[in-house]
Amino acid sequence: MKWLRGGGIWGFIVRRVLLGILVMFLVSIIVFAGTQALGDPARAILGRDATPDRLAALQKQLNLDQNVVGQYFQWLGGLLHGDLGTSLASQQPVSTALGPRLVSSIVLVVIAAVISIPLSIAIGSYAALHREKKFDTIVSNTMLALASLPEFVVALLLVILFSTSVFHWLPAISPVPPGHRAWEYPDELILPVVTLAFAVTPYVSRIMRASMIEVLESDYVEMARLKGLSERTVLYRHALPNAIGPVFQVAAISLAYLAGGIVVIEYVFNYPGIGSELVDAVQNHDIPVVQALAILIAGLYVLLNLLADVATILVTPRLRTRL
Amino acid sequence: MRDREVELSRDTAIALETEGIDVPVVPGRSSNLLRRSLRLGRTKVGLALVGFLVLIAVLGPLVAPHAPDAFVARPFSAPGTGGAVLGTDYLGQDVLSRFLHGGLNILVLAIISTAIGLVLGLAIGLAAAYSRNWLDDVLMRAMDVIMAFPQIMLALVAVSLVGPKNWVTITAIALTTAPRVARVARGAAQPVVERDFIGATEAMGMSRFRIIGGELFPNILGPMMVEASLRLTYSIAVIAALAFLGLANDPNGPNWGTMIQQNQGALATQPWGALLPILAIALLTMGTGLIGDGIARTAAGIDRERGDE
Repeated sequence: MKWLRGGGIWGFIVRRVLLGILVMFLVSIIVFAGTQALGDPARAILGRDATPDRLAALQKQLNLDQNVVGQYFQWLGGLLHGDLGTSLASQQPVSTALGPRLVSSIVLVVIAAVISIPLSIAIGSYAALHREKKFDTIVSNTMLALASLPEFVVALLLVILFSTSVFHWLPAISPVPPGHRAWEYPDELILPVVTLAFAVTPYVSRIMRASMIEVLESDYVEMARLKGLSERTVLYRHALPNAIGPVFQVAAISLAYLAGGIVVIEYVFNYPGIGSELVDAVQNHDIPVVQALAILIAGLYVLLNLLADVATILVTPRLRTRL
Repeated sequence: MRDREVELSRDTAIALETEGIDVPVVPGRSSNLLRRSLRLGRTKVGLALVGFLVLIAVLGPLVAPHAPDAFVARPFSAPGTGGAVLGTDYLGQDVLSRFLHGGLNILVLAIISTAIGLVLGLAIGLAAAYSRNWLDDVLMRAMDVIMAFPQIMLALVAVSLVGPKNWVTITAIALTTAPRVARVARGAAQPVVERDFIGATEAMGMSRFRIIGGELFPNILGPMMVEASLRLTYSIAVIAALAFLGLANDPNGPNWGTMIQQNQGALATQPWGALLPILAIALLTMGTGLIGDGIARTAAGIDRERGDE
């Protein structure tokens, strides 16, 4: 869209945020259309128990007695005010139940990110420094295998290895009791966090390795070496800061991917986050909760992608000048 | 952007040459990509793994010793009980027979949905790259919107609303595969579209359909083959995960994903019921992953296993 170019870095950020808002608006239309406007959710929820008065009562609760556009704007207005509707299963506001679960999920993803991203940077750099040596070959093959495994398979293999069959070191499930915080049970967090870390590390370390190799072969690193700087200084002062740029983008995209990945991982470990909540809501046909979670997870995805784009522009001078 | 080597169909190359236009012909570069990738050890291993599991999935139902829904012994019996070589599952059905019956559904659904997603995404990506106008922006922003939904989430929601039918799963996976493919196809096609010969073929009055299908597509075959194996890996993962969440087409039917969910409670005492399908899915996705990596390395010109990158 050429009429939207210009404005330097701030122009870019403003455009990117506006685009994000547009995407979220369209996402909300799709979620609403998919869950409420098509078909008859009241009938889908009640199933065989659909007596006429119960149907009418539920249709009123879901605002199905109004026209579709009215329903949508009422729902959207509620969303923007933080009112996510009422859960059909618990008859409580969706936001009350969702708050603690969102915190639990964020705890999981943040710990996984804090562990896996520095680890990936270290692994990728080390592999790049010792290219085609034993470490590099082993790591690249392991990462390739890990990257292809579905998360729930990784999770179950970890459970088999560390809790049920081989060793009996860690709990197989992580059912944090209601009213408690996830971090009060660190042993229960280990396996879910490791699973998430396994999902992110292959991608980030691979990009770090490629980026590091490119930087190490560049003229300015050669120059720094010729100046007689120690290999250590060359690495930490010159190579690493320049190689790390692409990692932001991949790390953010991997985290965005985890927004979907937590769905199955939390279910495997019976961990009370938004992912297992989505599975429950889907199984109970709890439409307001499904709608809220779909918006929330899509929102996380859009936000992290936005941050990835902005961060990439900020750390890559070459791209910044092109704006 | 570095100029990539492009490949032209014979007719177009001859026609362009008679018009006096320089033709960058690199004959047969991508057509034998698959064959060349087989020189790599990883592609061979990947192909062997995939072949082995496809064989189990396809021929398994023919050689299974019991019917998948026959009760042969008490639930979670140890291997060997009542003619159940690997023991029984949570209902007392033969684990081995259910395993041999359980791969076909996942495999067929994954292949169909990935194929539809690839064709759809390819068409959208090529149309976007070729158009070079507002259509490009509109198409790619629409793809962004769909991509905001993680595959597993969209599939879950679709299945919950419509019901766990095969066509719902296929539609959900195809729909979420397409935008990811479209992005790659557009990215790969864009530098080709910028090249002179596309303008020349247009000037010659060649139909758009022929330019896109006959000239543009063969030039992005390499990245698309990599993308195809990557997408197939993800489709298998999502479809198996759906079954694992209890949302397979037939909730009691033999299915690797369903089996894991039904038997994971007895991992400590009778592990085979869950372990066998877990390993099968792991090896299958590893196989498709290895093939994809082999093709990617070959396409990038890293033919030798320990080559210079």
